[in-house]
Amino acid sequence: MNKRRSVIPGFGISMGITITILSIVVLIPLCSLVVFSAKLSFSEFVYTVTRPRILSGYFVSISTAFFASLVNVVMGLILAWILVRYDFKGKKFIDGIIELPFALPTAVAGISLTHLTTTNGWVGQIFYNLFGIKIAYTRIGITIALIFIGIPFVVRSVQPVLEKIDIQYEEAAFILGADSKTTFRKVIFPEILPAIISGFTLAFARSIGEYGSVVFIAGNTPYETEIAPLLIMAELQEYDYSAATSIALVMLGIAVIILSINAIAQSVVSKRVNGKA
Amino acid sequence: MKKKRFLSLIVVAAIGASLLGCGNSASSASVAEGSDEIKASSAGEVIELTNVSYDPTRELYAAYNEVFAKHYQEEFGQTVEVTQSHGGSGKQALEVANGLEADVVTLALEGDVQVVADAGLIDDGFTAEFDVDSSPYTSTIVFLVRSGNPKKIYDWNDLTRKDVGVITPNPKTSGGAMWNYLAAWYYFEQAGQNDSQILDSIKQLYSNVVVLDSGARGATTSFVENKQGDVLIAWENEAFLSLKEYPGEYEIVVPSVSILCQPTVAVVDEVAKKHGTEDVAKEYLSYLYSDEAQQIEAENYYRPSTKSIYDKYVSSTDSNTITEVPADGKWINDNITLTDINHFGGWTKARADHFADGANFDRIYEQ
Amino acid sequence: MDLRKENKALKYILVTISFIFLGVFLILPLIYIVITALKEGIAGYVNAVTDEYAIKAALLTIEATVFAVIVNTIFGVAAAWLITKYAFKGKKLLSTFIDLPVTVSPIIAGLIYVLTFGRQSSLYPILDSYGIQIIFAVPGIVLATIFVTFPFISRELIPVLTAQGTDEEEAAAIMGANTFTIFRKVTFPHIKWALLYGIVLCTARAMGEFGAVSVLSGHLRGKTNTLPLYIELLYQGYDFTGAFAASSILVVLAIIVLILRLVIEKHGRKELDLNK
Repeated sequence: MNKRRSVIPGFGISMGITITILSIVVLIPLCSLVVFSAKLSFSEFVYTVTRPRILSGYFVSISTAFFASLVNVVMGLILAWILVRYDFKGKKFIDGIIELPFALPTAVAGISLTHLTTTNGWVGQIFYNLFGIKIAYTRIGITIALIFIGIPFVVRSVQPVLEKIDIQYEEAAFILGADSKTTFRKVIFPEILPAIISGFTLAFARSIGEYGSVVFIAGNTPYETEIAPLLIMAELQEYDYSAATSIALVMLGIAVIILSINAIAQSVVSKRVNGKA
Repeated sequence: MKKKRFLSLIVVAAIGASLLGCGNSASSASVAEGSDEIKASSAGEVIELTNVSYDPTRELYAAYNEVFAKHYQEEFGQTVEVTQSHGGSGKQALEVANGLEADVVTLALEGDVQVVADAGLIDDGFTAEFDVDSSPYTSTIVFLVRSGNPKKIYDWNDLTRKDVGVITPNPKTSGGAMWNYLAAWYYFEQAGQNDSQILDSIKQLYSNVVVLDSGARGATTSFVENKQGDVLIAWENEAFLSLKEYPGEYEIVVPSVSILCQPTVAVVDEVAKKHGTEDVAKEYLSYLYSDEAQQIEAENYYRPSTKSIYDKYVSSTDSNTITEVPADGKWINDNITLTDINHFGGWTKARADHFADGANFDRIYEQ
Repeated sequence: MDLRKENKALKYILVTISFIFLGVFLILPLIYIVITALKEGIAGYVNAVTDEYAIKAALLTIEATVFAVIVNTIFGVAAAWLITKYAFKGKKLLSTFIDLPVTVSPIIAGLIYVLTFGRQSSLYPILDSYGIQIIFAVPGIVLATIFVTFPFISRELIPVLTAQGTDEEEAAAIMGANTFTIFRKVTFPHIKWALLYGIVLCTARAMGEFGAVSVLSGHLRGKTNTLPLYIELLYQGYDFTGAFAASSILVVLAIIVLILRLVIEKHGRKELDLNK
């Protein structure tokens, strides 16, 4: 809102570079998505994106992504915590492999996770024989693939913030009589909450759109384990561009909503934290 | 004044960024040119040909491309290098229609080639351009079961039994899976069922499907590597390949009826014209009918179209269960009634009736 | 002191949980890859890795990664600088757009380029008349790779620059320094490590991208097959040993990048300590 002009030079050039690359790489291509789905009339569009099969696709994608991201928040928090606060053997190693899920092609991840978790796989047979639980080709399998995909997001969002929190505050709180639970809740948690939210939303949004790894482990049974990105592929296979772009547009909308929620949550949280301080 | 400077900076930045973009494409273009030069200088005239094909033909075209290169060298004195692209047939067709520069397409079904033709890239009448509907080799749909056939699966009606787990890809994403579906449909039709009964039977069959993979190769992997299900509905050539790769672990069961799968080949006229490869592309496809090529096709478990070569590979036994790749190489089981796509009114009609949105295949999954 | 003692039990519990979690989710798949890759012995592995097409695919992957990292570094620095140093309208919208690509399904990412540059696009005849092929060629692969890693660097820089504030730059500007001097002398030292980290993330993710590239590559063997696509090709051809051997190339490349990061970081920390 404040239109105070900054004294720092370089506004023009940084704006120029940002807008140009953003337009070429993101904005113009995304416009074609809108152009192609606009070939349908509005009622056709609504019909296309609300068929039961498609709705179930969104549901499978969103619910598995949500659970996977919840797991990732908990585990990401623990991982970030031990990496920042503790010294132990193998710490460097753990720190180093967090990015592995980024570097490993999603297809390779999907293939190896599938092989591990089928009823004959190393892990899958344990679960199947002991508990009668099938992992691969069920929603559990999808969730596992998505946990794999999303773990770096939370760890790497929380870790730097945790590193910056001065241990003196905690010690002060502790000396003042707060137990470690209270210290965590009152001192540390508010500080890292924005990072947790942003890690969660990123992991969540990324998981909803994931295709490469999930398609191997999912089983792809309609209404059961059929994810939304696969439905886009199915429409493309039928040469139905407008249907494919319509579903893609809805998914894009979901992504935008998630990002906006993140932005709102960030500003609310940071206001609260700043207000307190 | 500040505003002016701001604008000029944006312009500068835009030019800079677009230069970057051009530099980008220019450098990759120069890489391509560089490699061309190397090839041209070392091997004289090299003709590059791109063949966009579907999933199961990798082994076939790997072998054929060598034979063809030799043939072309001897006949015309020029070196041909063929670049292969494999993937789901429908997806491949779409990519060619979208600008993937294929000189020839060799796809799983005529309907997919039609998509490329509809995009204005292939001249009309491509099915008449080469012999037997431009299908140099054919295949059919069979069952692959585990060794000893523990679930006693012999024909299509066994697949609707509650205790049988079926693996077949999704016809919505896989060309081959459409053949599977249509073959099953034909069986129930021959069994005297009316349309709604057939739909019920098909519904039962698909409710037994354990993994509905997105492509034929994925389905084979689910069945063979991940040990899912009791029976895989597969291309005959894929089934034989599994038999060869995993001796003693699987058996092929040939059902009483099935469908004649006619993969279609075509020259992508527009692209070939642009590349100046019309002649070599045409030669590439017509040589698929030569005795030498037909042999290779038969050895890769495709049914050759040349009668004399076909006969050479017809099995001497009439058994519908094949436990191993025949030692004498005679693998074709002739003891099977085959329908074809014309029975379903051609691809356009079959698609509309069965695979379009809201058509029969979607209906069997309605709750 | 008390604080640490009390946490000892907790520490062991948390560390154990982490090891189990990472063991199951990250290490086990890795072990599986290695074992499968070596199933046919060292010779089989070497054969698979030195295959002509495997090398071509690896080179293409590296090429796409390098381009993506260069473009995203320029963009990331400019965007982070813009967002943190100035107040202007539409800033929120801009930063949402920058984040958008990470949340867009890779399939959609591929699709939008096919729609924009493919034959049915109105841009196609213009590009075609200049003989420029974007999709089903290397430029398309580069574009898709840039897209999926788009916000990685700016996201690393923005928090650091926000925390640092604008006072130092303002002071420098008042003293008459120009943009590049300010950036080089004042801003860059602050963001060095964040930038390095962003580049590492970007590199890692760029090498492994599958979905988006798969949609617009055309899968031309030896021409537009990146390493992940080549792996899928082998896998679908029942060549599991080859597929996992090729995967191990990617794993090794990733490990090299991660080790490089540790080395540079260590070097940098030392320098930092000396300055203090």
